[in-house]
Amino acid sequence: MADTLKVPTMAEMFAAGEKPEVLFWVGCAGSFDDRAKKITKAFVKILNKANISFAVLGTEESCTGDPAKRAGNEFLFQMQAVTNIEVMNAYEIKKIVTTCPHCFNTIKNEYPGLGGTYEVVHHTQFLKQLLEEGRITMEGGTFKGKRITFHDPCYLGRANGVYEAPRELIRKLDAELVEMKSCKQRGLCCGAGGAQMFKEPEKGNKDVNIERTEQALETTPHIIAAGCPFCNTMMTDGVKNKEKEGEIAVMDIAELIAKAEDL
Amino acid sequence: MQYIPNILFVAILIVGIGYFAKNIGKLRRNILLGKDTEVSDDKPTRWRNMLRIAFGQSKMVVRPVAGLLHVIVYVGFIIINIEVLEIVIDGIFGTHRIFEGLGPVYDFLIASFEILALLVIIAVIAFWVRRNIIKLQRFLKPEMKGWPKKDGNLILYIELVLMLLFLTMNAADFRLQQLGAEHYVQAGSFPVSQYISNWFTGMDISSLILLERTAWWLHIVGILFFLNYLYFSKHLHILLAFPNTFYGKLGPKGKFQNLEAVTKEVKLMLDPNADPFAAPADTGDVPSKFGASDVMDLSWVQLLNAYTCTECGRCTSECPANQTGKKLSPRKIMMDTRDRLEEVGKILDANKGEFKEDGKQLLDDYITREELWACTSCNACVEACPVSIDPLSIIMDMRQYLVMEQSAAPSDLNNMMGNIENNGAPWPFNQMDRLNWSTES
Repeated sequence: MADTLKVPTMAEMFAAGEKPEVLFWVGCAGSFDDRAKKITKAFVKILNKANISFAVLGTEESCTGDPAKRAGNEFLFQMQAVTNIEVMNAYEIKKIVTTCPHCFNTIKNEYPGLGGTYEVVHHTQFLKQLLEEGRITMEGGTFKGKRITFHDPCYLGRANGVYEAPRELIRKLDAELVEMKSCKQRGLCCGAGGAQMFKEPEKGNKDVNIERTEQALETTPHIIAAGCPFCNTMMTDGVKNKEKEGEIAVMDIAELIAKAEDL
Repeated sequence: MQYIPNILFVAILIVGIGYFAKNIGKLRRNILLGKDTEVSDDKPTRWRNMLRIAFGQSKMVVRPVAGLLHVIVYVGFIIINIEVLEIVIDGIFGTHRIFEGLGPVYDFLIASFEILALLVIIAVIAFWVRRNIIKLQRFLKPEMKGWPKKDGNLILYIELVLMLLFLTMNAADFRLQQLGAEHYVQAGSFPVSQYISNWFTGMDISSLILLERTAWWLHIVGILFFLNYLYFSKHLHILLAFPNTFYGKLGPKGKFQNLEAVTKEVKLMLDPNADPFAAPADTGDVPSKFGASDVMDLSWVQLLNAYTCTECGRCTSECPANQTGKKLSPRKIMMDTRDRLEEVGKILDANKGEFKEDGKQLLDDYITREELWACTSCNACVEACPVSIDPLSIIMDMRQYLVMEQSAAPSDLNNMMGNIENNGAPWPFNQMDRLNWSTES
């Protein structure tokens, strides 16, 4: 398939008098981080193939404010939130999909109180819905029999109770879903949340991502699946630290599906 | 003269309950030092949570062994307390086994109390073994040194002694019933204590009465002592778990409160019609401070959380920072909050209800910045708590104070926040490059 992605912006759509079905909130990691950009592109390829009417905010998007809020800077958070809400309300956005659980949580739970109420879904929920509606199809060939373990992102799982959508998608790939000893409600954090991504960890005897990677390796997986760009980075670093990057891939659910569809 | 025991009993009862009530008043006063918070919403869900989590112990059984043992002690505690009602009536009126008229129902009740008492003894011993022989890690963390460890064991000893006294009392009673002693009516069924009574076969009626009376008195005095011990102990959870689960957080765990005071300011800043030179409305109020540096800055629900904590350490054992050797322990956050609140309460007591600065606060004197900055906000502690305590909210409030009142964030985080302010992303990338990924190969 051609490498060119169709990524309409809200501004373009608005100018053409069109409204997309859904706004794809890319997020800072998805826009700037080299590893996360691959997730963004994989997700867009799936959307393109299924002819989903979507748009991005592009240069009008700005950080949701999540890391600022979790670091204690409520003022900066609300400045970001109110600015983003103004942009989205001007475009009359109704539904948002995002590949980042932090953006997902913030827009879904913390924006309504500031005047921004939207239907917000994580991309795994969105993809599951597309699958159920028959708008995308998935064939298991590529991952048949592969052992895949899913690392629950805190802000998707515990924070918002979404555990099944990503797992369902993995099962649909005909892969063997193997669970780590702490999973779902008791899933261990990757170590990036609460603005930890942007600072050095406090003194301890281990980094959190190493602990989590060890739990993942105990399941002897072929692939560690993630649903968050930050978890992805942390787990990728963990696998490298254990010198297993040759055998074990860390992949987002969107990448798994894109790969299965040969996109 | 014959009324002396009744009078003595009533006096002990009044002192025991009176002192307890006084301390409950203090507890209430201390909790209400916290800020007001909105918890009057969705009462049906709140009642359901209380029934399910506190009454139904739903989160205790997530860990099956500790959960089962706890359910035994909990059910024992609730059911055996029916017997206390009889003891109190007997004590006041000088009757003996006043409920014996219930006949077979009474036999059944006494029999079930006895079986529960035995199960409680077994569970209490198992708990003691877990704490002192197996030495489960979560009971050995640094914050458990000293009083908390002693407190945990003392509770087990008291419960053990109370159960043994209860069974001894019944055993002596059973023997007296067999001997046809005056005043000891034939009532009750004693599936456990009948075996204990075998040890008393050689004793005459008067020594048996002495034994029965001694156990009876020690048992009820022990219960009153235990009641009054609660205020000074982590064991307060047996009462506070109920209101605490009622007032626990509703809605998604990831939803943090938005500060209203900030919203007003932000809206004003972004309002093109606002007059930038307008003098602030002079309301005479001291502007409230952002976040929390001491217990009075927290909400009363957070303070109730602190008194409810029974130091089980499930939060700490699930905490990713603690598991990897960082200083942060969510349990310590709750224990520190209670300790500081107690300290503030003592200052109030000493100054006729008025607070005098003592040069100390929750931040730094109890909870260090290193602990606060180690949190990943993953909510594992909140999920783990069997009684709906939210240590994360206290950590976030204290971070808010550090950043918004003191500008004291770690420098890496200051860089991150500077980037968001300037470029709309936590990294130093240009906002205009935000869509570049769509055309990069």
